[in-house]
Amino acid sequence: MARTFQDLILTLQNFWAKQGCLILQPYDMEMGAGTFHPATTLRALGPRPWRAAYVQPSRRPKDGRYGENPNRLQHYYQYQVILKPAPADVLDIYLESIRAIGIDPARHDIRFVEDDWESPTLGAWGLGWEVWCDGMEITQFTYFQQVGGIDCDPVSAEITYGLERLAMYVQGVEFVYDLAFNDKFRYGEVFHQSEVEFSTYDFERADTELLKHHFEDAEKECAALLDGRKLALPAYDQCIKASHAFNLLDARGVISVTERASYIGRVRTLAKACCEAWLASPMGDYQPRFG
Amino acid sequence: MPDLLLELFSEEIPARMQEAAAKDLERLIVGALSDRGLMFDGAKAFSGPRRLALSVLGLPAKQPDVSEEKKGPRIGAPEKAIEGFLRSAGVTLDQCEKRNDGKGEFYVAVIARKGRATADVLAEVLPDVFAKLPWPKSMRFPGSIVRWVRPLHSILCTFDGEVVPFEFAGVKSGNTTLGHRFLSRGPIEVRRFEDYEEKLRKAHVILDTAERKEIILHEVKQKAFALGLELIEDEGLLNEVAGLAEWPIVLIGRIEDQFMDVPPEILQTSMRTHQKYFALRDPKTGKLANRFALVSNMVADDGGKEIVAGNERVLRARLSDAKFFWDQDRKRTLESRVDDLKNIVFHAKLGTQYERVERIEALAGEIAAKIGADVEKSRRAAHLCKADLTTGVVGEFPELQGVMGRYYALHDGEDAEVADAIRDHYKPQGPGDVVPASKVSIAVALADKLDQLVGFFGIDEKPTGSSDPYAIRRAALGLIRTVLERNLRISILRGEHARSLYSRVAKSIQDVRNRALLDPNRELIRNVSDQVGSERMAIALTQQLDPDATATKFLNNVSGLGVFIADRLKVALREKGTRHDLIDAVFSLGDEDDLVRLVARVEALQGFLKTEDGTNLLAGYKRAVNIVKAEEKKDGFEYAGLPETPTNAPLEEHDLATALQKIDSDIGLLINAEKFVEAMKLLAGLRKPVDAFFEKVRVNDEDKNIRANRLMLLSRLRATLHLVADFSKIEG
Repeated sequence: MARTFQDLILTLQNFWAKQGCLILQPYDMEMGAGTFHPATTLRALGPRPWRAAYVQPSRRPKDGRYGENPNRLQHYYQYQVILKPAPADVLDIYLESIRAIGIDPARHDIRFVEDDWESPTLGAWGLGWEVWCDGMEITQFTYFQQVGGIDCDPVSAEITYGLERLAMYVQGVEFVYDLAFNDKFRYGEVFHQSEVEFSTYDFERADTELLKHHFEDAEKECAALLDGRKLALPAYDQCIKASHAFNLLDARGVISVTERASYIGRVRTLAKACCEAWLASPMGDYQPRFG
Repeated sequence: MPDLLLELFSEEIPARMQEAAAKDLERLIVGALSDRGLMFDGAKAFSGPRRLALSVLGLPAKQPDVSEEKKGPRIGAPEKAIEGFLRSAGVTLDQCEKRNDGKGEFYVAVIARKGRATADVLAEVLPDVFAKLPWPKSMRFPGSIVRWVRPLHSILCTFDGEVVPFEFAGVKSGNTTLGHRFLSRGPIEVRRFEDYEEKLRKAHVILDTAERKEIILHEVKQKAFALGLELIEDEGLLNEVAGLAEWPIVLIGRIEDQFMDVPPEILQTSMRTHQKYFALRDPKTGKLANRFALVSNMVADDGGKEIVAGNERVLRARLSDAKFFWDQDRKRTLESRVDDLKNIVFHAKLGTQYERVERIEALAGEIAAKIGADVEKSRRAAHLCKADLTTGVVGEFPELQGVMGRYYALHDGEDAEVADAIRDHYKPQGPGDVVPASKVSIAVALADKLDQLVGFFGIDEKPTGSSDPYAIRRAALGLIRTVLERNLRISILRGEHARSLYSRVAKSIQDVRNRALLDPNRELIRNVSDQVGSERMAIALTQQLDPDATATKFLNNVSGLGVFIADRLKVALREKGTRHDLIDAVFSLGDEDDLVRLVARVEALQGFLKTEDGTNLLAGYKRAVNIVKAEEKKDGFEYAGLPETPTNAPLEEHDLATALQKIDSDIGLLINAEKFVEAMKLLAGLRKPVDAFFEKVRVNDEDKNIRANRLMLLSRLRATLHLVADFSKIEG
């Protein structure tokens, strides 16, 4: 039973380590979701088997609420698992993980409700569900079909737990800042001030001209790194940067509807090119180690 | 006779797809069986969260034997030809019969085909059928090269109790399945449908969707009743939750009092769309109750206490969000939001919602003046009617557009009639919905729908086949129903208001185009330059586009609207039993778009054609037209003009001439006065003279003048009838 927020993370880490997952660390860049981590986006492509699990801080500038909303945050943690190829019993394994956290399916109402996932910026989509526990979404489950506009073969399973939400459920807490981070600290002591400050930054202070430049610089750099001798991974970093700059601009409300579609299209173009370069690289292609 | 039992067991199938998939499965398998000569007594398909099943009763053990004949070459044909024939038919020459078709003798191969065992046919056919099942969305998954809605785990297939062996999507068929995800353990072995359904029930799975729905409905009603409440029925929600539970258990939760002064529509919509809860009401007051019904898929050992507590917690968070938006939204007036509509694109070619509101406002004022509605209030309501699109609640729940506008308008102190019109201008929202009632609402509703129709026709976005992304058909039907049910005397497409609407829409389209040319983010230029490879050339090309060409194109596009509305009118009146050919007959006179008058005329005509006089007159008309047409063609001459019946002409000719003359002037008056029934009565008076004329008078007289006069008389009969309707369009 995961009594505290960090217990929850440790439990999941142990659980997925036992499933043969690499326990990776968060990617050191600002991103909207764990899917953006190259360990998911890029590793979902190509024939090589892959299993990884990690916590990813997720930044959603638009979701900032100045620390006043009970469950909406501009910075929160996702626990991300990627299993490639998706094992046939992946749902059973997932349910085991829920038990490990302390949710007993015999006392709760667990449901798989249709929710197909799509990321227009990554040119990625998949079919799956949101997993409901007593009417609350606790996990997003997706079978990847395409990333960067490229068919995923084999198909991976992606499991994304919203850690704060899950912890709130397990701890029976209604206000995210009341979560016990460990026995001594509450979530609010760790993150409340940061929510207030970053909400102010996201909505009021971020320099939009500068951000537009950041976007364009990243776009330029990404394209340059894919020219000539291709550097898929550094290029993809630039794609992540562009995406976050766009998210900030969007939160600042300076992007019109048509511009929005155009920005998303530009990030997608970068993501696609990175994915293609990755597939052409040694790790993208499958090279058996023996024979 | 043996039975077939089939089950495809997969991970959770989206609720909205289950029933259609079961129907498709049944249709495809029934078709495949019939194609192969396998008849049966009955078939029934089932669906649920994790399975599609089909039971086919009373199949034969094997296909019937059939013999097939194949015609070959003539006897004595070149050897090569005969050899080729024998090879393709798979027979030897002495197995062929010789036949004579009157022109010569030829070979006939009689191929006897033994019927195969049904089980073998099934094993061969079923995988193909599964691969053809049309899922709205399907996926690839490891181990399979074919797609399925979600990963497929097992296939149960028995014929006469024995497994039919085959493989599909990497899964081998067998005779086992699984029960409820949490309330059952281990595989269940099955031989026939009877033990299938019973064993599933023991494993906490109700196979039949209809039964699951019944259980849910019964339970909800009973539990509500015990609390002195009643269910607010919701068929769509019932269908959905029946697809989300294999073993439905109804539980009752509570809505906190702090949310009960939020508009009930918000509570209900939030509960429905996010949480799939049923709303309950107090039967005495009709008001939303502070309880909800949820359908779980679990028999929990604490009687569902934790489940209810969890759901209440989620709902609290949801409603806090909704309440936050509701409180936030009321801090700004609707009036102050109108300007924000400039940021909402209605359609890339038609401009923003703001531009649309400007058009609707002008049009609503013009229509209001015509139908006797308060012009100022109509304009005000139109001005505010889309402002709620910028509010938080509508952003969260788009289906509450209009409803929320009314609440905010009342809060701002707008006139009650204006507030109602903001809500009601979207009506009717489907065949089951009522049309707007107050005149102000009607004026705005008509303006909204007309603008939508003219706009989308103007940019050539007409509905085609089953595709109608902008709900144009619904708008047309709503317009027609409002006009007819509220008995509005208004010309839809020809009045002055319509002309000014056309020019306003055309101007918007032009404005959007001009903006696209000036906008630094100009999409048009980018599209063109993608094609021609140079931005400078793209700008030059786009600027050359002639604005007049756009105007001509616009008018050309919009000209199709009349026929479209006539077609919709036929659909609208079909249920009332109004004949579509009669609508055509009146509509094709060409100058009628006052729908109320048009329908009155059609109905009078239909009544008339039901009488004996009516049918006979129609027959007389057809005879007359046929004769006139044939003779005109022969002579290359049109027999129009006033006939002059000579005094020595037969009495019947005189009678018809007199009758026509008498009617001609009167019928015009009656039609102008909209006395259509009376006009039909006048027409009835023509029947006798027409019948008598055809009985006694020969049209094609040897005397050229007499013949010409008689043809003119018949031509005049046609002209007279056409004052009422184009009788040539009438069937029968």
